[in-house]
Amino acid sequence: MNWQLMWDSLPRMLGGLSLTLQLIVGSLTLGALVAFAVALLRLSGNRVVETLAAAYVFVFRGTPLLVQIFLVYYGLGQFEFIRDSILWPFLREPYWCAILALTLNTGAYTSEVLRGAILSVPSGQVEAARACGMSRALAFRRIVLPVAIRQMLPAYGNEVILMVKATSLASTITLMEVTGIARRMIAQTFAVFELFIVAGAIYLVLNFIATRLIKFAEWRLTPYLRARA
Amino acid sequence: MLELLSFGPNGWGGQLLMGTAMTVAVAVSAFAFGILVGSLGASAKLSHSMTLNVVADVYTTIVRGIPELLVIYLLFFGGSGVATAIASAFGYDGRIDLNAFTIGVLAVGLISGAYSTEVIRGAVQSVPFGQIEAARACGMSRWLILRRVLVPQTLRFALPGLGNVWQLTLKDTALVSVTALAELMRVTHLAAGATRQPFLFYSTAAVLYLMLTTVSTALFNRAEISANRGVRRA
Repeated sequence: MNWQLMWDSLPRMLGGLSLTLQLIVGSLTLGALVAFAVALLRLSGNRVVETLAAAYVFVFRGTPLLVQIFLVYYGLGQFEFIRDSILWPFLREPYWCAILALTLNTGAYTSEVLRGAILSVPSGQVEAARACGMSRALAFRRIVLPVAIRQMLPAYGNEVILMVKATSLASTITLMEVTGIARRMIAQTFAVFELFIVAGAIYLVLNFIATRLIKFAEWRLTPYLRARA
Repeated sequence: MLELLSFGPNGWGGQLLMGTAMTVAVAVSAFAFGILVGSLGASAKLSHSMTLNVVADVYTTIVRGIPELLVIYLLFFGGSGVATAIASAFGYDGRIDLNAFTIGVLAVGLISGAYSTEVIRGAVQSVPFGQIEAARACGMSRWLILRRVLVPQTLRFALPGLGNVWQLTLKDTALVSVTALAELMRVTHLAAGATRQPFLFYSTAAVLYLMLTTVSTALFNRAEISANRGVRRA
């Protein structure tokens, strides 16, 4: 075990941390918006819209993320109309392709989590809100959504961990985040185990922080479950 | 354009089919290896030995907390070295080179094993303890209890969870393409590069993966129904 090499490799690996964090935060934020929209569409009551949303979820949950990333990065550039469109400056960049693919992927998984949580809100609570004279939108905003978000947090925590790990696939389309840097350094030095431990530790710390944050959010959103002082 | 997907001399159909077969082979072997690892991991987690508990906990925490790609790189770059070291410890002095298939199965199997460990542990724990006491009271030996009471019910409780692990395993095999093993993703990558039709080939791969996941989900559902045929529903 070459401790010196491990210590020396740390600053270079941490150099990729900023990119990894950008991919995590960017795709989780945009993915949450996609998930919200898709979950609402799936519960809209319109058969056509529901089928389309279900098809989106089916495709993105049923295929490997790597296929999705390659489809966006290599596949979209094949078409003339995309290369001529105003989106091309974005879709040309591996960075935005990674964000787009990760967003669509996590959006599909999260929409299912959110849909289940919305369906789990007891109908009596909605009825009570309606009986108090709230409109459907108001009851959704004040009753259904807060209860559902609280309900979905544990499952969403798993999804966050999956996304932290999924950002490593961005290294396959030339992005130099933590895994990409680790791979390059392994190929240069052949110190496989040392560099694996350093890179793995970075991800473990990230996941540890992510689970703590989710636990904290759960604690904040369930004041009624805490023992009163 | 569709000629590219045909089975003719200019088409990639045959190779895509071979790649799909290789993907299934890797996934099935890795899943089976993962169940073996998972059974060992679950028994380590449920044993009364502190050391075994800690070892199993460290294994599942690390493998589930780091990217799958890193695990594959670890075995791809380091697997042969470890195999050689183990062999020399047993008095064999030559170099052992693991082929890409073995590396893929080991890597994906170790990942799948970590998830299987948790599924199997939960399933074992959901067998009511009274049944084991009853079996003991009937005079069954430990081995007989395992075979007649614990394993059949564990299988039934573990099936839904193992179905999820199978989906993960199948999708993780796509990552093995970084080791140049000619599975579906690798073949697709080569075809896309050679023909300059990336969209066509990657969507074909997506459809093939979708077919694999759909068919296997249906199979797992049928297995669940058949495993639960003796259970009364409320």
